[in-house]
Amino acid sequence: MVSSYNPILLLRGELMLVRDIIKTLDAEILTGEENLDLDIKSGCGADLMSDVMAFVKDNVILLTGLINVQGVRTAEMMDIKVICFVRGKQPTEQIIELAKSKGITILCTKNPMFIACGLLYKAGLTGRGVWD
Amino acid sequence: MGLSGQKVTLRYTIAAEDFISAGEASSHVKKTLNKLGISHELVKRFTIAMYEAEINTVIHANGGEAYVEITPEKLMVRISDNGPGISDIEKAMMEGWSTAPEHISEMGFGAGMGLPNMKRYADELAVESEVGVGTVVTITVYLS
Repeated sequence: MVSSYNPILLLRGELMLVRDIIKTLDAEILTGEENLDLDIKSGCGADLMSDVMAFVKDNVILLTGLINVQGVRTAEMMDIKVICFVRGKQPTEQIIELAKSKGITILCTKNPMFIACGLLYKAGLTGRGVWD
Repeated sequence: MGLSGQKVTLRYTIAAEDFISAGEASSHVKKTLNKLGISHELVKRFTIAMYEAEINTVIHANGGEAYVEITPEKLMVRISDNGPGISDIEKAMMEGWSTAPEHISEMGFGAGMGLPNMKRYADELAVESEVGVGTVVTITVYLS
């Protein structure tokens, strides 16, 4: 199911709050409610963690279909505070617990990667998640 | 807690074929460096490079050991293993060149970005390797 949420005017400047990302992606939050009012500047969609580490900058939401603890570890190393699992994939309790202990928010959306990225982009989150 | 001229050393054992705990050493180092008040940018560069090296040790070498030295001048980690060694280091430094088995890709690694990423973030990277003996990777980030 693709979200029918109308994302217009969610942006404040070039930033988007995590709570607005949740609405845009019709996502569920599994841990990390403390980051709901965190400003996100840009997004990165990737399943290859080494690419995330090579190119990604700060204040990024990581959208990924890779469901394992190394996704959380990569986020930790990169100071990424929000991960959204796409395609309806459900992380294990172990992944959620690790994220919780690191203060990383976990979101889940049924939207596939392309649609999830497109919805955020359409809502105005157009910042590049990678170094220029 | 702060670095007032003393040297801090840390040692870790990296378990073989253990993807769940892979990265724990780097995570602990990151926590320690943040507590020491070292700049976030330098901590990030150092721990990303160390994390890639740690993952490599798990993928290729049945685990190994990490020795970290923190001084007021620099952050240094030496990761050593008794794995198969690297036959062509120049090739291994190229983005996209990998000998990792296919199941590693499913973990989000093994795409030939490990050593290039270490080089990207380290101020100095030394790779010493002998086929059949093992590999020693030394990563240095300067604090000044």
